[in-house]
Amino acid sequence: MSECLSCLDLTKRFGEKEALSNLTFQLEPGKIVGLLGPNGSGKTTLMKLINALLQPTDGCVLIDGKIPGVDTKKIVAYLPDHMYLGDWMRVRDIIEYFNDFYEDFDRDRAEKMLKELNILPNQRLKQMSLGTREKVQLIMVMSRRARLYCLDEPIASVDPAAREYILSTILNNYDEEATILISTHLISDVENMLDEVLFLKEGRLYLHGSAEAIRAKEGKSIDELFREVFRC
Amino acid sequence: MPWKLDSQKPIYAQLVEKVQLDIVTGRYQPGEKLPSVRELAAQAAVNPNTMQKALSELEGSGLLYALRTSGRFVTDDVRRIQEVRKSLASMQVKEFVEKMRSLGMTPEEIMKLMQDIIREETL
Repeated sequence: MSECLSCLDLTKRFGEKEALSNLTFQLEPGKIVGLLGPNGSGKTTLMKLINALLQPTDGCVLIDGKIPGVDTKKIVAYLPDHMYLGDWMRVRDIIEYFNDFYEDFDRDRAEKMLKELNILPNQRLKQMSLGTREKVQLIMVMSRRARLYCLDEPIASVDPAAREYILSTILNNYDEEATILISTHLISDVENMLDEVLFLKEGRLYLHGSAEAIRAKEGKSIDELFREVFRC
Repeated sequence: MPWKLDSQKPIYAQLVEKVQLDIVTGRYQPGEKLPSVRELAAQAAVNPNTMQKALSELEGSGLLYALRTSGRFVTDDVRRIQEVRKSLASMQVKEFVEKMRSLGMTPEEIMKLMQDIIREETL
């Protein structure tokens, strides 16, 4: 098994608007990859295509050689950019829910992390701040032993201290054979942990390369390069 | 607290420097076992692959050695550690001397100034 994720001429149109155009790239196992691009560049569309929430207009996505569907959902852990769990749910319910749904869910790991953040099992999502809700979702997703993690804006609404905790949670919990695709605007917070970066610009792949190679070649951080490429 | 790294420079080179410094200053003692790659990576808030690369380089330079099953250790070779310490120090001094020169200081003036400052500090 070589590639974990491959996109071949992937195109997605919404009516007249082409959200993604002829995207072709491959990700190997064991990499942390940053999916970077300004608002409306197609990041979330790509995430949704990988998770079978959208169907491609043209081309295809393959995960371990398979088209996204029931089989791939068993090996892909997805953190959407919005809350999808009912806000009436208690933390305890969510654990049961994940435990029922996913064979690869590691309950002990989830419980341990929730405890570290002082999140109680009988708390309801409704009673939590936005940041705490995000933490709960991320903990659930990272407690799966998946092959591919798709994290759409995982740190957007948490404070800088919690951001550090979340990033170290990601680093501590992923399996060396797994790939993490992480989309974010907060590049400077994540860039030191990236192996590779994918820059999307208006639905096209602008750049795909190793983060260290880019730093060495450009003599600047990924964050600076991003600001330069996407200057308004 | 993540390590202070400069995102403009290759991360792995900075990790090599940092671990080197930790060994030279005795934060990791000769013969001591290093935390796992994953643990160090999480401490530094960097990618485990990058940390792995940095530690491999330190192995190559003889500061660390790996035992197949039990992990990575700091070398017992105290002389090797002293060598690295000295080379790190001379790099700093070279940089310092260059800066002094660009301020127009003569070697005699530099020496005099350093002696004065060291004397003041030890008082």
